[in-house]
Amino acid sequence: MHPITTVHYLALSAALLLIGTVGVLTRRNIVIILMSIELILNAVNINLIAFSHALQNVNGQVFAIFVIVDAVAEAAVGLGILIALFRNRETVQADEIDLLKW
Amino acid sequence: MLTDTILFYTFALLVLGGGVLTITRHSAMHAAISLIVSLLGVAGLYLLQQAEFLFAVQIILYVGGIMLLFLFVIMLVNLDQAAKVRQFNRQWLVALVAVGAVGAQVGYFIYRGKDSFQFAAPLVPGTPAGLGNTEQIANSLFGDYLLPFEIASVLLLVAVVGSVVMAKKRI
Repeated sequence: MHPITTVHYLALSAALLLIGTVGVLTRRNIVIILMSIELILNAVNINLIAFSHALQNVNGQVFAIFVIVDAVAEAAVGLGILIALFRNRETVQADEIDLLKW
Repeated sequence: MLTDTILFYTFALLVLGGGVLTITRHSAMHAAISLIVSLLGVAGLYLLQQAEFLFAVQIILYVGGIMLLFLFVIMLVNLDQAAKVRQFNRQWLVALVAVGAVGAQVGYFIYRGKDSFQFAAPLVPGTPAGLGNTEQIANSLFGDYLLPFEIASVLLLVAVVGSVVMAKKRI
């Protein structure tokens, strides 16, 4: 059995990124789209931590903290917008919100 | 070494299984609970790579903070009828093909580049004596990255004000 290397973490991170991208592109429910964005940001963090560990350099973990801060801000504002939207339109389906569509 | 391998595959299974369940469940509540499983798996991966501070941050902030926010919003907007309608949009086949193409590219790059990722020995073996993970992060965060840290605090302030304004009924 091979020992776990950085490549394993990169492959896992890529797989999680693709899962999140599929979620963002195919789901209709906005709440689940926001959850898929969290999955994508977590994939980025796995990458950062993997290289931080491989290079024994702690700066990667600091960048992961900044990514988490961005994820928190994005979730808070996104869910606030979602609540305002639900109050006005009574829907959470992304493809029913097409006021700006041609 | 064997323990590491077993733990890695266990956490990887949690992360990927939770992720797949998150994007396939009809009920948003089930999706949120699957996402919690996935995030806990990511936290385990952090611990496996000696990022103890981020392990704690992941559990406290993601599972305790963000997911709580998600659960509140799911209960607030009452998604019962949303779980009964069609879950995927009409372009799902195009999206799957596009993601498959990107996945093939990424997989090819990782496969071809995997020899350059084999860091046989760490550049600096071990951590500096007497400095724990949290202390190292603090030194880096409040030294080299002080300005980004302050900007992040401003970003959080903007996000707090923005989300309150957005969710308020009448400004």
